[in-house]
Amino acid sequence: MARIGVFVCHCGENISATVDCGKVADTIGKLKHVAYSTEYKYMCSDPGQTLIKDAIREHKLTGVVVSACSPRMHEPTFRKACAEGGLNPFLCEMANLREHCSWVHEKNELTTEKAIDIIRTQVEKVKLNSALQPIRVPVTKTSMVIGGGIAGIQAALDIANCGHKVVMVERSPSIGGHMSQLSETFPTLDCSQCILTPRMVEVAQHPNITLYTYAEVESVEGFIGNFKVKIRKKAKSLDEKACTGCGLCTTKCPQKKIPNEFEQGMGMRPAIYVPFPQAVPNRPVIDKEHCTYYIKGKCKVCEIVCPTKAIRFDQPDEILDLEIGAIVVSTGFDIKHADFFPEYGYGKYKDVIDGLQFERLASASGPTAGAILRPSDGQVPKNIVFIACAGSRDPAKGIAYCSKICCMYTAKHAMLYKHKVHEGNAHVFYMDIRSGGKNYDEFVRRAIEEDYVNYIRGRVSTVYERDGKLIVKGVDTLLGAQPVEIVADMVVLATAGVANPGAEELAQKLHVSYDSHKFFAEAHPKLKPVETNTAGIFLAGACQNPKDIPDSVSQASGAAVKVAALFSQNGLTREPLVAFVNRTAPPMYSTCVGCFLCQSVCPYQAIEREDFKTRDGKIIKTVAKINEGLCQGCGTCVALCRSKSIDLYGYSNNQVYAEVVALLNEF
Amino acid sequence: MKFGIYPGCSLTGSARDYNESVFALAEAFELEFTQIPDWNCCGATAAHNLNKELSLALPARILALAEKNGLDEIIVPCAACYSRLVVTQHELKKDPELKNRISEVIEMDYKGTSRILNVIEWIDKYIIPQLDAKIVNQFRYKVACYYGCLLVRPNKVLNYDRAEDPQTMDIVMTKLGATPIDYPYKTECCGAGFSISRTDIVSKLSGKIIEDAEHRGADAIIVACPMCHSNLDMRRPDINKYWKTEYNIPVIFVTQAIGQ
Ligand SMILES: Cc1cc2nc3c(=O)[nH]c(=O)nc-3n(C[C@H](O)[C@H](O)[C@H](O)COP(=O)(O)OP(=O)(O)OC[C@H]3O[C@@H](n4cnc5c(N)ncnc54)[C@H](O)[C@@H]3O)c2cc1C
Ligand code: SF4
Ligand code: SF4
Ligand code: SF4
Ligand code: SF4
Repeated sequence: MARIGVFVCHCGENISATVDCGKVADTIGKLKHVAYSTEYKYMCSDPGQTLIKDAIREHKLTGVVVSACSPRMHEPTFRKACAEGGLNPFLCEMANLREHCSWVHEKNELTTEKAIDIIRTQVEKVKLNSALQPIRVPVTKTSMVIGGGIAGIQAALDIANCGHKVVMVERSPSIGGHMSQLSETFPTLDCSQCILTPRMVEVAQHPNITLYTYAEVESVEGFIGNFKVKIRKKAKSLDEKACTGCGLCTTKCPQKKIPNEFEQGMGMRPAIYVPFPQAVPNRPVIDKEHCTYYIKGKCKVCEIVCPTKAIRFDQPDEILDLEIGAIVVSTGFDIKHADFFPEYGYGKYKDVIDGLQFERLASASGPTAGAILRPSDGQVPKNIVFIACAGSRDPAKGIAYCSKICCMYTAKHAMLYKHKVHEGNAHVFYMDIRSGGKNYDEFVRRAIEEDYVNYIRGRVSTVYERDGKLIVKGVDTLLGAQPVEIVADMVVLATAGVANPGAEELAQKLHVSYDSHKFFAEAHPKLKPVETNTAGIFLAGACQNPKDIPDSVSQASGAAVKVAALFSQNGLTREPLVAFVNRTAPPMYSTCVGCFLCQSVCPYQAIEREDFKTRDGKIIKTVAKINEGLCQGCGTCVALCRSKSIDLYGYSNNQVYAEVVALLNEF
Repeated sequence: MKFGIYPGCSLTGSARDYNESVFALAEAFELEFTQIPDWNCCGATAAHNLNKELSLALPARILALAEKNGLDEIIVPCAACYSRLVVTQHELKKDPELKNRISEVIEMDYKGTSRILNVIEWIDKYIIPQLDAKIVNQFRYKVACYYGCLLVRPNKVLNYDRAEDPQTMDIVMTKLGATPIDYPYKTECCGAGFSISRTDIVSKLSGKIIEDAEHRGADAIIVACPMCHSNLDMRRPDINKYWKTEYNIPVIFVTQAIGQ
């Protein structure tokens, strides 16, 4: 005979403010098969849990209903407590009195009655629960890092240094990400390349890291510890082993007028190219969209000049199948460009540039070798205007958030300009200066106080060209909203940081959530900032929201620890709440008729075929079988099976009927 | 081809030249106009500042009259009238309850099915295709296309051209043989309704619009709104007095440029 214990929690006042918990416990205590019923202020606290454990022993309970908050919050807590009290953890259920009742209703009789009803359903259900054993699944101790910016690099090195294998997948021909484009970095003004390139090399040389550049994730299946990943290695049209990286091909290629992505369009590159001199790997790729041979069928100059005969025009894309245990997503971000801003000329003025273009101008390895020269005529700008929050914090533009990095890099840009053009004037239009961070505000103050950057608090309404100058019209809100007009030689927009193109598709392949701006979503905004809602997939860097290098690196190390922790176990346990296809005695074997309709609807490809054979190997019957490692317990197959051969452990049809019947029956 | 036309008060008053050029064009291109019978005031700038219902009822009555007379396409040469009519159609489409209420107020059925064209849309759709066959004199001048505020705003409601740096008039003028200049004052405020009450403000604002067009070497400023025209043209003596200048760049309606 069932002996159920019911534990009603007040959740401080969260539940007891609107539900009469004493009355609930009393009423439930009178139900048939309820052997024990009590209430307590905080059931999840140590005394609360002890109460449950003691009651299990004392009253020889066969099932427990904790009537408290959402099972998403504390089901693991109470299942564990039950196990410690000697009860199989799957004989514990939760009745959600908080989210489903006290939080959404006024204090009155009906609210208390509803609480009683909710508990009654769970009492009926738990009577039918059976003791289940967790499922053990193995862990493949190889991780995949998607995106080789500074965040991906840090995560890969940390995981590799823990002794685990890492596969790094980078979409572009080189790793390094945006950091490789930066000139000097706030708040210390140290050279970006100097601190980054040694790490890039370390990645390439690390014995535990396999690097695939010019590669993308094609598909991801499976689950934590056991992902099956397909990677497309795009054809570089090059035998990477034969190529010595001499670069002869890149100098001889006749196609020289392709806008250089690394220089943000401010320089040109050939069709066969290495994105930048310090690229890792330092091997060229052929850009098929622009190569004369791929377009017109003629040229092959690179093939002729290559001393080691490394060019392969007929190289196909390669698909790699990998077994992966954990994934770190670090695909970074992008920024809006000047053409996004109608009020600043839709990108038609050459001297209205974005922040990354300024980085390239200021970089010693950039198109001007570090001199600040304006793109239109190569002159040194005497008056330069920086516009912060271009696009960000602007709901009219669809970007309500603060991009977080631009206040700092704008101060850096103004400072770099003043250091290079001593007699020049730098003006910054800003909304607020957001410089929280170690030594950050001091950095901005330095720009204002030591480098005499003119900070104007106000927005710019329009920028237009007149007589070769840019007229910047704005307002100074600290001087009583006085209109300000600056005749500038160059304007730099600190444009909004946005999600990388392709982020949405990648999120869908990975089955991780993303927000309305297509940034990847963390599992919990405070307590799980590096996890995603899919177990085994973690986030690092600016793919989650715009962030600076120190934040990206810290988060990457956090993600690496999560991976290492996962790999420190030899196997994982999973909740056994999975589907099963019934088995009966021969000659029937199962009521399953082998139609395999279930197989076609299972979103997780968890349904397999099982053959029953005679001794001499002749197949008598083929029926469905659930792969417990893959099944997520969604129940789709249960609803579909025509012969009612499938059921779900922990949520069987009978258990659900019992809940419904409990509600229908007058109490 | 038969269209409805809503002239509004300006075209029968201060902008008679605009009205005449619109009709002359229609005649030359064998496009027949029917004036919406018994039309009333669109509410202009006053109504929507005073009473929302009134500001919707006035244009709704005009549109309802057009529907009743089977005019599914109506030309509204004045940018302010155009804006009121389109805004009304938009508001009433959004809110069926309000639509019923307004129908009651105007004591007429209102469906909201008429297509409302501003003069540039009309030219682009009906004049340009026949232009080559009819053109006598190409308008070979450097022009500053001035759109003013109401032709393209509010952008989300009108859904016409882009709010910053609009293009449609420039494109039409190019097709007429003109060379539009890159002109940042396209949608800057001319002073609008202050024309009567604060001529000093109009002089200051319109003066800047004229100055930039002159500075960039335009031969003419092209407009499609009676209000803009009166501020830039009729107020020219005030402008020249205010800025101590002698600007004499002509301001002409886009329809006049074709008929020239
Ligand atoms: C103008 C400007 C100036 C800045 N200055 C500073 C500064 O001075 N100091 C500072 O701390 N921070 C600065 N930052 C911020 C800094 O750039 C970022 O913090 C940093 O780049 C984030 O690194 P990440 O690895 O997360 O992303 P990213 O650098 O964007 O790298 C992402 C990588 O992932 C790859 N990738 C993208 N999608 C895929 C895919 N689907 N599959 C495979 N690979 C993919 C990309 O090719 C790229 O290599 C600046 C940013 C800007 C825009
Ligand atoms: S074949 Fe293509 S990549 Fe090679 S040299 Fe010619 S254009 Fe350049
Ligand atoms: S970081 Fe500064 S410039 Fe960037 S969006 Fe936020 S407030 Fe604006
Ligand atoms: S749907 Fe049911 S009967 Fe059909 S194969 Fe699946 S389990 Fe068997
Ligand atoms: S319960 Fe869902 S995941 Fe499991 S086998 Fe059925 S359909 Fe697939």
